[in-house]
Amino acid sequence: MRKTLWIVSLLLVASFVLAACGGASTTGGEPVTVVETVIVEVPAEGAVVAPSGYGVTLETVKARGNLICGVNSQVPGFGYIDADGNFSGIDVDYCRALAAAIFGDANKVEFRPVTAAERFTALQSGEIDVLSRNTTWSLVRDTELGGNFTATTFYDGQGMMVPADSGINSLQDLAGGTVCVQTGTTTELNLADVMSSLGIAYTPAVYEDADSTFAAYAEERCDAVTTDKSGLVSRRTVLADPSAHVILDVTMSKEPLGPMVRHGDDQWFDIAQWTVFAMIAGEEFGITSANVDSVRSSATAPEVMRLLGLEGDMGLKLGLNNDWGYNIIKLVGNYEEVYNRSLGPDTPTYIPRGYNSLYTEGGLLYAPPVR
Amino acid sequence: MQESAKQKATIPFWRDERILNILGQVVFIIGLLFIGSLIYQNMKAGLARQGISLSLNFLKGISGFDIAETLLPYSRTSSYWRAFQIGLLNTLSVSIVGVIASTVFGVILGVARLSTSFLINRLAAFYLELIRNLSLLVFLIFWYLGVFLKLPRVKEAVIWPGSIFLTNRGVGIPWGLPTDSYQTFRLILIVGLILAVGVFFLFQSYSKRTGRAPLTTLWTLLTFVIVGVVGWFILPEKPLTFDAPVIEGLNMTGGKVLSPEFMALTSGLVLYTSAFIGEVVRSGILSVSKGQVEASRALGLNGFQTLRLIVFPQALRVIIPPLTSQYLNLIKNSSLAIAVGYPDLFYISNAIQNQSGRAVEMFSLVMITYLMFSLITSVFMNWYNRRIKLVER
Repeated sequence: MRKTLWIVSLLLVASFVLAACGGASTTGGEPVTVVETVIVEVPAEGAVVAPSGYGVTLETVKARGNLICGVNSQVPGFGYIDADGNFSGIDVDYCRALAAAIFGDANKVEFRPVTAAERFTALQSGEIDVLSRNTTWSLVRDTELGGNFTATTFYDGQGMMVPADSGINSLQDLAGGTVCVQTGTTTELNLADVMSSLGIAYTPAVYEDADSTFAAYAEERCDAVTTDKSGLVSRRTVLADPSAHVILDVTMSKEPLGPMVRHGDDQWFDIAQWTVFAMIAGEEFGITSANVDSVRSSATAPEVMRLLGLEGDMGLKLGLNNDWGYNIIKLVGNYEEVYNRSLGPDTPTYIPRGYNSLYTEGGLLYAPPVR
Repeated sequence: MQESAKQKATIPFWRDERILNILGQVVFIIGLLFIGSLIYQNMKAGLARQGISLSLNFLKGISGFDIAETLLPYSRTSSYWRAFQIGLLNTLSVSIVGVIASTVFGVILGVARLSTSFLINRLAAFYLELIRNLSLLVFLIFWYLGVFLKLPRVKEAVIWPGSIFLTNRGVGIPWGLPTDSYQTFRLILIVGLILAVGVFFLFQSYSKRTGRAPLTTLWTLLTFVIVGVVGWFILPEKPLTFDAPVIEGLNMTGGKVLSPEFMALTSGLVLYTSAFIGEVVRSGILSVSKGQVEASRALGLNGFQTLRLIVFPQALRVIIPPLTSQYLNLIKNSSLAIAVGYPDLFYISNAIQNQSGRAVEMFSLVMITYLMFSLITSVFMNWYNRRIKLVER
């Protein structure tokens, strides 16, 4: 009696399982189509499905009432929590500029510190709206990691820092030595590339975040530490004795750093990109947060008027208010102001402008025309 | 039979407890499957929206990064899969060293905790209470930053007798370098092992037949050692030459250098887990009734014999299940390696995930791997537990 009951029940379960599986596959298609808002039909061809969502990010950000920006919290001058608990640095100021462009309020931004390892996942999953965390522009990140780099905000190169009394003057002197590096970075890959092409045998000591990397270096776990030169300069300021460390005169790679957004929302990409260009254009035209009001009232040059929203509808084309450019410069400043605030001569993290000057001054900064 | 048929006729099926029971289970399983498929569909839809497709093909790609500690040949041109294997082996080596060492320490601690000597007893109790109430992560970071990185710099290395070098780049110990005759020596060792096993069974059958207790363990070990030693000397060339570490250039070379990361991770894990194992051992020993000890003392066995022959075999039955979970804890806790920069499974998977952007795949792989580790460990421990169970008649 009991046996037959069991068999019957087993059969029942089995049939239900089959039914459930069949059901799942038919209902399974549904959630994909019932997403939100306007969806462009997706061609289901190839391994990578083209994502949809033009305009979704801006809508989400506006509905939420603030921008969530993934930043660094450990690199002074770029993204750092200062003694008062405020975020500072040029990457952080970029987030403020973006918030100013969207809301007309530079404080409507929530900074979310992300590690090098988790940053792309955070961006992909929508946990952050934009990643502004001294992230190097590279092909893999632009494609496979599902992101788009908007513009370069800082042209950097990878460097190597050693203790001044170590007698190490070149990469060749590091043969047989140990190098501290942070995981999940292009730095880690460049180091392996450069050392193998020079035929230098070394041991890597790889850490999860900048703090532990430099803590290990400070304890002399390694003979040298490598990261972007800007990162070396800024981290040197927080070592016990900054003068006891020198940065070798070698550049191991190109490191264009800039904000990154998710694939699939071109409107958001445009906004993020033109926020950078607006800051650079501001410097080109000599508009600063101090003089922007007077420039605005007396402007005659058409391009300046378009940037400040006096002529045309540039802001509306981006899906923003027409005074977006004015807000960026008024509330945050032009590129030069932002740079000097974090990396200028008056700061402990002083880095000469170098490549990060306007093209008119021998640098690489160049904003496309606002028209 | 007739009665139940009558009952069946009188009780409607929605009040029949047996049917309701089964129906409840069926409904539960369907619910479970439904939720599972919902979660899976949700994940798939979310990934599709972000243009991410799931595939393990990326594992064939070139990793591009270097790894400090590798048990297999590896370079920056190796595949992600090879990097994953290296992480796996590193986790395994930490786990094996950890499980063995923490068992030894744990047993010593457990016995010391029950010692009649006031000093030993109190010291063990203090140690157990201190360590068990620390956070493992804090403990590991203490060992790394506070102990192993605070050792002298390479140029000022402290050298212990026996060519043991203590530096903040690692602990250098002499290590055997295989020579040409090493292959033959290995064969000899295998022969020795087979002989030893033979001796073991011979003695066991002898003891069963006669009821006497020969020194089985001693003779088994002696057989192996004698074969090994004889083999070592009859070979024309010594199978291993001892290579002591030396300071050369920026680092130590030669010998075996145990990195500070490895040392910090294993010592942290071992000291931490052994404290818990100590408590497990103590509870096991206390579970053996006092009469057993008194009886064995009355028979004239000394303290050590009582422990080895009477107390431990009985205590083991109580010890094994919680001991298994301590082993599992140790294996899983080894993923904290990432805090001290030791390239274990989780750490390397993290690096792979970063460089390839394949978070879902890597996390699934890591979870499955840890699950496998744990399941294999508990299958083995359960088998052992059954083997030593009290045979009841």
